[in-house]
Amino acid sequence: MHALYISLVSEYYKSRKTLAFWAAILLPLIICGLISAGFYNNAEKIIANHYPPMLLWAQYSGAALGVMGFLIMPFYVIFMAFSVNNIEHKNDTWKMLFAQPLNKFSIYAAKYLYAILLIFICLFLFAALTYAFGNLLQVLVPTFNFNQYNPLDILINAYAKLFLASLGILSLQFILSLLWSDFLKPMGIGFVGTIMGIIAANVGWKYAYLIPYSLPTLASRISKVKKGMDPLAFSIFTQEIWTSLIYASVLFIIGYFIVTKKSIK
Amino acid sequence: MGNYAIETVGLNFNFGNQTIVKDLSLQVPNGSIYGFLGPNGAGKTTTIKILLNLLKSPSDQVFIFGKEINSNRIAILKRIGALVEQPAIYGHLTGKENLVNRCILLGIKKAKADEMLSLVGLAEAANKKANKYSLGMKQRLGIAQALISDPELLLLDEPTNGLDPNGIIEVRNLMIDLATKHQKTILVSSHLLAEIERTATHVGIINKGQLLFQGTINELHLLSKPMLEIEVDNIESASTLLIKQGYEVTTKTEKVISVLFVSSQKSGELNTLLIQNGFTVSSLYQQRKDLENLFLDITNTN
Repeated sequence: MHALYISLVSEYYKSRKTLAFWAAILLPLIICGLISAGFYNNAEKIIANHYPPMLLWAQYSGAALGVMGFLIMPFYVIFMAFSVNNIEHKNDTWKMLFAQPLNKFSIYAAKYLYAILLIFICLFLFAALTYAFGNLLQVLVPTFNFNQYNPLDILINAYAKLFLASLGILSLQFILSLLWSDFLKPMGIGFVGTIMGIIAANVGWKYAYLIPYSLPTLASRISKVKKGMDPLAFSIFTQEIWTSLIYASVLFIIGYFIVTKKSIK
Repeated sequence: MGNYAIETVGLNFNFGNQTIVKDLSLQVPNGSIYGFLGPNGAGKTTTIKILLNLLKSPSDQVFIFGKEINSNRIAILKRIGALVEQPAIYGHLTGKENLVNRCILLGIKKAKADEMLSLVGLAEAANKKANKYSLGMKQRLGIAQALISDPELLLLDEPTNGLDPNGIIEVRNLMIDLATKHQKTILVSSHLLAEIERTATHVGIINKGQLLFQGTINELHLLSKPMLEIEVDNIESASTLLIKQGYEVTTKTEKVISVLFVSSQKSGELNTLLIQNGFTVSSLYQQRKDLENLFLDITNTN
């Protein structure tokens, strides 16, 4: 456990000045900021629609969730999986890392956990900032009715689903980025996979849930559909979440065997 | 086995069908500076990677501190510091941050980073990003990383690569210091015989994955017999004369005759002989064999 902990600390220390780390903070800040600015500037038009409070929250948080779930999330995950591995490929430091008196599992697991942690921070900030900026809008424009509904449960549920649904992609991309030192292969496969995943999910293919790249889309769509009806009734652990978790754990284990067999040339 | 910091027993290693290391039996005594000598592509780096368990060796072929490497990986790595090929440095971090990161991984005090930077003469560049470092500075940082855990055994793969003459002398003195004052064992690889001769107590010569020679530096000197090169007019008759007088002329070019060097006195006598016979000797000097000739010698005697 100690080896895992120090490997994790080292991952943070190495990456704290890189875009990969700051993306986790800047991405939610920028997207939530832009949406809030849009709501602030168009306040009159939006208020004229006389949305009930819950629908107003749905409109507002759905803007971020929609963009995230469909498009940015898969690419963000692909980028995270790439960057935690690329930091070693780029500097030719794998040999140094594996020559340290640490077990290989700790080194590998720390990288994987660190990528998960960054994704968690990113999504946590999305949820937190959506909530905070919504309330800030209410203060700035008192005629909004954000204050008449508490969306916290839905937000947490929706982002928790998105987080869990993205772990399948993460594990898959993590292996690709571990194996290949170049940018194009894992990114190219990830890009094609994501497009295919989104199409498969949107045409409603029966087996779309078997494609890891479809899962964030599937997960966020179900939470959206149900939001209009009974928002608190949707469960987190649906079929696509289980699929994602199974993919994540199986691929995580396969990745470890790849690492132990990996010869550092 | 207890006397050796490193011992390999008939080590074989292949990349696919290609044999990189063949029946290699290294014996690196405790406290020695072991010069691991060979041309580029001889298998030096591969061997060092095997010693670090970066490349998997067959079981019971590699022993470090008397322990089998595959089953004692972590315990062994705790006692080794290494510099393999180009130093492994994170370019976006400063020199100091690179060392602090190593401190984190090794669980040692971060103050050690500053100490190491002064040791390798990088204190002033401590807060400069490592990708702005020159090749020599990177090499020094790599050496600092290898030394930071105060290891008993150092594996240095061409540590003077990219260093200027001053840097080379500093590294050389540092190695001698570490071995004599701090009882470290150092395995240092190089393709330059002259470089190894100045520091090493023991030498192993590898070519095409096979160990051609292993022994103390004095044993190597016995093999590497120096030559006496003579620049003289009328080469043909001069060499005929020398042969008549019982000298063994090993090589003869248009300008230079080479005979085996025996002693300074003998060289003087040879000079007198030539002059008394009316030759003009323009130059007469002792020449050590270079690595290539040494290789030929060693392969021939084997």
